[in-house]
Amino acid sequence: MKHLIALVLGFIAGVVLFAAGMLFNPFISDRGVSPLSVTDAEVITLNFSNVPSDSIVYTNDGESLQKPNPEKVQQLWEAPIRQTSAMATVMRDGRNRPAGIGIKFSSKSESTRLLNGDAIVDSVWYLYLPEHGSLFLQQTENYWSFLREVAFPAWRSAANNWRGSWFGDLTAGPGVLGTAAASGSSGRLQGLDMEAVESMSVHAFSSDTGLVAADGRLVIEIPEFDDAAASLEP
Amino acid sequence: MLKTLFVGILLGLAAAAGALYAIPAVDQVREASIVSVAPNGGNIEAFRIDIPMDRIMIGAAGQDNPVPPGLRWPEDRLLAYTRAEMFKVRNARGSVVGVAVRNAAEGAEEVIIDWVLHLPARGSLFVNMESAPRDGGYRIGEIRAGAREFAKLHGFVTERWVENERDEEGAPLGHIELVATYVGQHEPLESDVDEIEVVDE
Repeated sequence: MKHLIALVLGFIAGVVLFAAGMLFNPFISDRGVSPLSVTDAEVITLNFSNVPSDSIVYTNDGESLQKPNPEKVQQLWEAPIRQTSAMATVMRDGRNRPAGIGIKFSSKSESTRLLNGDAIVDSVWYLYLPEHGSLFLQQTENYWSFLREVAFPAWRSAANNWRGSWFGDLTAGPGVLGTAAASGSSGRLQGLDMEAVESMSVHAFSSDTGLVAADGRLVIEIPEFDDAAASLEP
Repeated sequence: MLKTLFVGILLGLAAAAGALYAIPAVDQVREASIVSVAPNGGNIEAFRIDIPMDRIMIGAAGQDNPVPPGLRWPEDRLLAYTRAEMFKVRNARGSVVGVAVRNAAEGAEEVIIDWVLHLPARGSLFVNMESAPRDGGYRIGEIRAGAREFAKLHGFVTERWVENERDEEGAPLGHIELVATYVGQHEPLESDVDEIEVVDE
């Protein structure tokens, strides 16, 4: 009997050790500086709020951490879209003036591998910026750093919340350098293939209600003139 | 007993790692795709959006009854001539398989009509439509970009409003019919690549 108890206790300790090892694994680290932060090319910087109650519309399956906004919006309860969220929000330029509208669809990805530190979300943005045109942006996002440094500490705290300052790039692909792929369809962006990076800064998070104070940022790199001309060729 | 405890720890470590490796963290529900082969090449897939039940949002200025109730569209004049609608998307069998956005905007020089279809288990499609409808009331658009399964596909999509003629209780007013024709990207055969290399030399 003693051996059985020791085996069970050891088993539980092993699982806990493994979980701790994953959370504090020094070999899974941030990717560092965004490749677009050192670019010489022209960039469009767009800011938006990541808090659902600040958005025009936010919806999901209705049972997730983040609550839909407005309250009576249709929920995505059907099985094929249950792990998807949709958000429409105002995009603001660097001076905090409205620059257009952004609609984001995000779905949990089957390429998630927690063992490798990959908490992947497949997402797409549709952006309509009257001064620039419209574009489509597709990316894979990795939320592992956010889960490890914000969500887990919030869950562990007695008050179920986290306050501080966290900033990280979410975009992890499909570009080789961890950038998103963007395609313009109208205005001055028509026909352009671009790269982009989405980042998030969080100041408050609750493990009961989700993001409390958080802002998102999209940086879109416009190709140089020669590159742009080349990408317009058939 | 210490040995047993140690064995238990190793077993716990191995079981946790094995479970995390073997059990998928995310498993998207898939509906079988209903795709047919087009007579002149390519594949055809039809989607439908039942109105009003599949409508999630009508984003436009000056609505008396906003959808969803409580929606506050930005007052900024930058978005005064924009109408962004969000929907659930069904396949040809009528099962919900994804979500979509249709944006119609009137700029100074052009009218923009774009669609984005997002099918979580498969990927996404970005379509730029012609501004004017053709004879027969349908509009045609080019697939500009795609993600995942649709990343290497080109082709076009038609949109058409189909009014419901049946008088059933609870029936939709009609549906938006989207028919996508996918054409794969030309990829040179290995023999073609060899020929190109010989010419280069």
